[in-house]
Amino acid sequence: MPNLKAMKAKEKLVFSIIVLVLVLAPLFLTDFRVNLLGKFIAYAILAMGLDLIWGFTGILSLGHGVFFGLGAYSMAMYLKLEAAHGRLPDFMSWSGLEALPWFWKPFTNSAFALLMAILVPTVLAFFVGFLTFKNRIRGVYFSILSQALSIIFVVLFVGQQAYTGGTNGLTNYKTILGFSLSNSSTKLTLYYISIGLLILTYALCNFLVKRRIGRILVAIRDGENRVRFSGYNPTTYKIFVYCLSAALAGLAGAIYVPQVGIISPAEMGIVPSIEMIIWVAIGGRGTLIGAVIGAIFVNGLKSGISESFPDVWSYFIGFTFIVVVLFMPNGVVGLVKKIVGNLVSRRLKSLS
Amino acid sequence: MQTYILQIFNGISVSSILVLAALGLAITFGLMKVINMAHGEFIMIGAYVTYLMQNLFVAYLDKSLFGLYFILAIPAAFMVSGLIGFVLEGTVIRHLYNRPLDSILATWGVSLVLQQLARTIFGAPNVDVKSPGWLDGGLVISQGLQLPYKRLFIIALVIACIIGMFVLLYKSKTGRRIRAVMQNREMAESMGINTRRVDAYTFAVGSGLAGIAGCALTLLGSIGSTLGTNYIVDTFMVVVLGGVGTLLGTAAGGLLIGTANTTLEFFTNTSLGKVLVFILIIAFLQWRPKGLFNISSRAIDE
Amino acid sequence: MDSILQNLTVSFDGFKAVNNVNTGIKQGEIRFFIGPNGAGKTTLLDAICGRVKPQSGQVVFSGNVDVTKYSEHEIVNLGIGRKFQVPSVFTNMTVYENMELAVVKDRSIFSAMFHKLKKEQVERIEDILVTIGLYEKRFNTPLALSHGEKQWLEIGMLLAQEPKLMLLDEPVAGMGRSETDKTGELLTKIAQNCTIIVVEHDMEFVRDYASKVTVLHEGAILDEGSVYDVQNNQKVIDVYLGRSGEADA
Repeated sequence: MPNLKAMKAKEKLVFSIIVLVLVLAPLFLTDFRVNLLGKFIAYAILAMGLDLIWGFTGILSLGHGVFFGLGAYSMAMYLKLEAAHGRLPDFMSWSGLEALPWFWKPFTNSAFALLMAILVPTVLAFFVGFLTFKNRIRGVYFSILSQALSIIFVVLFVGQQAYTGGTNGLTNYKTILGFSLSNSSTKLTLYYISIGLLILTYALCNFLVKRRIGRILVAIRDGENRVRFSGYNPTTYKIFVYCLSAALAGLAGAIYVPQVGIISPAEMGIVPSIEMIIWVAIGGRGTLIGAVIGAIFVNGLKSGISESFPDVWSYFIGFTFIVVVLFMPNGVVGLVKKIVGNLVSRRLKSLS
Repeated sequence: MQTYILQIFNGISVSSILVLAALGLAITFGLMKVINMAHGEFIMIGAYVTYLMQNLFVAYLDKSLFGLYFILAIPAAFMVSGLIGFVLEGTVIRHLYNRPLDSILATWGVSLVLQQLARTIFGAPNVDVKSPGWLDGGLVISQGLQLPYKRLFIIALVIACIIGMFVLLYKSKTGRRIRAVMQNREMAESMGINTRRVDAYTFAVGSGLAGIAGCALTLLGSIGSTLGTNYIVDTFMVVVLGGVGTLLGTAAGGLLIGTANTTLEFFTNTSLGKVLVFILIIAFLQWRPKGLFNISSRAIDE
Repeated sequence: MDSILQNLTVSFDGFKAVNNVNTGIKQGEIRFFIGPNGAGKTTLLDAICGRVKPQSGQVVFSGNVDVTKYSEHEIVNLGIGRKFQVPSVFTNMTVYENMELAVVKDRSIFSAMFHKLKKEQVERIEDILVTIGLYEKRFNTPLALSHGEKQWLEIGMLLAQEPKLMLLDEPVAGMGRSETDKTGELLTKIAQNCTIIVVEHDMEFVRDYASKVTVLHEGAILDEGSVYDVQNNQKVIDVYLGRSGEADA
């Protein structure tokens, strides 16, 4: 018990340090890089949700890009309508639409858009979860189905160009809530809102993980049938945590899109979806802080490497996948814990 | 009427490729509980081997012999893919037994590396493989109805492979060993079966089959580094639908998905067709979550 | 709580693992199911706790509830607890946390998020931990426990559920003499509040603790009665002949 508390306290300390660095970042980074960081923070929010379902509960969702994308598209619809100033958005006119489709109309309201950004992924997750978990479809089968879900949505969004912008997605936004998106103070505000959401997400996830539900989720991961025979219904817990992760993904998408300026079906595909998992794997699954570290670190690396050596990135991330999964199952955080643990025990031995 | 026959034929043709691609996957998953996300890249490797074979013939042999390249390409694709599969198994896959979720991630990494390698070696754009002359044209059934020889050849090739696998799995000693390990690994080990070797060879054969599929694909269009990704999820759906570990399941799954794909694409537009197929599969899994055919064991593990 | 197995049949692809079993277990009994391997004993337990669905027949519990209609976790909440052959406790949490999961009655998500353990629950956990002898090790993970201790932890978790019917599958398998005796004592204590069904091979254990024995053979009941009656039944002797160490005729 005492050991566990100490570990948790250290993790909170690390998180606080990360937040501090993020808060101070605009003082020593260019606008462009701060904007990038904002994107990474959105990813970190998404990653924590993924860690909840994968690291803690053992549900490997390879199609989470869908939930992220749905959240981003919701917000993007609002932003697109704002930019159109009451007229038809550009891509709709190009596609031959004459009037705004009925389901686009409410997105003129930012609050509605934000609500949908969180609600739509959650409802979808509920359906998918219900259809799969209730039928005890789990493990690899679930992962493959989640990929199918991703493909379904990519195909849908690409195909319905008039309503979704097709392969090009939605871009060319001008303002949010009246503030210009190219204005640096707007960008900075969005950045700090991201940090705020990051802190809230971490607090929420930590709360869950510390409570009994956290242990039930881990028990489901390690022995779902045993959990059943202890009187708990794993299906409800899995659906719950899957929906929560979808909501977080949607939220991440909503804060991502005004900072990045574009969302397209590509972000919902199986390739980005599996990359999201590798952030958590590299950082350290089942630790929450690992998800944050992984998301920020890997994406930072990707930006750095891709800028200079785009081909190298594929090799790098490919090998990292292999190495981390085979030899570092607990990621960077796990490695650090092991090293620190070894140092501590060595120090104790030398004292005695 | 003629369009219907053509549609059915197309459906069978598409199904046959899916079945060929899925055969190796179903067996390795059934055997080692490893999902190989790089399976699509073995298809790609087979396709590129065919491309190389074609280039070899063009560079070194007389034009009249060109048509032969394809005949040689088939076993070449099998062997190269199989060899690379063997190496992959020995280095990466064997650490992943009974860790299916982790195997998805690790082999995805392998797939990224292989794809990038292909881009580095062959360049990013797709390349064309000219099909051999003797496969041009088609079988004329009636006025206006012609079944392309290429597709007929592919169907014949797949049937040959299925028969080959059937003989291997059910009529040979090796096959008995493979099935034994698939059904009860510990028991097979205590009977003296070298499961490591069985795993390695089976994985190689599965990858080799994917290579043949890649070879067949060169007949249907240009090939590139993303060839594998186009087929991988469909291939998995075949395994999910058909059930794991049986030839019948894979064949049935492939047939169903292939024909459903082409039929629905015919009646709706392309994008909606694929969506519908996936939705139908999810609906089907409500009724039979383990797929069409499955070797269920009484040892209920997690 | 009486339990009645009526015409219970479980078949796998045509093979009848449990064949038309009819028996009643009175409240407070310690009923042992014995029989050679493959007789269907574990499958019988599986059918009662919901792990497999019988092809036909019913398991009537506490008067009128046919348990076969419910899912596994619902059956647990009805008051039937199962201990598995291979000790299955949660290895990624401490002994105490294992007990915590078991003792909680409200298994909803809301409770899992917001409710902490009540004082009575904490006391109950500590009582059981003392009874099964794991109080000192309560903050260790099960990885640090011996095989016997893992079995007791599982029984402890079962106890925490306060079941009315407990199903124990080979509770003393792999245990030495002293551990077996201790388990037997546990059993007697448990039986004060609970009906117990035990599947076992250790005939000394059966003799010491069974109130009634049912012999299964090839899925069907061969004989039923006191240990003495069953041991002297020629049919039972024939079935057991050749299996050394399991019965003395």
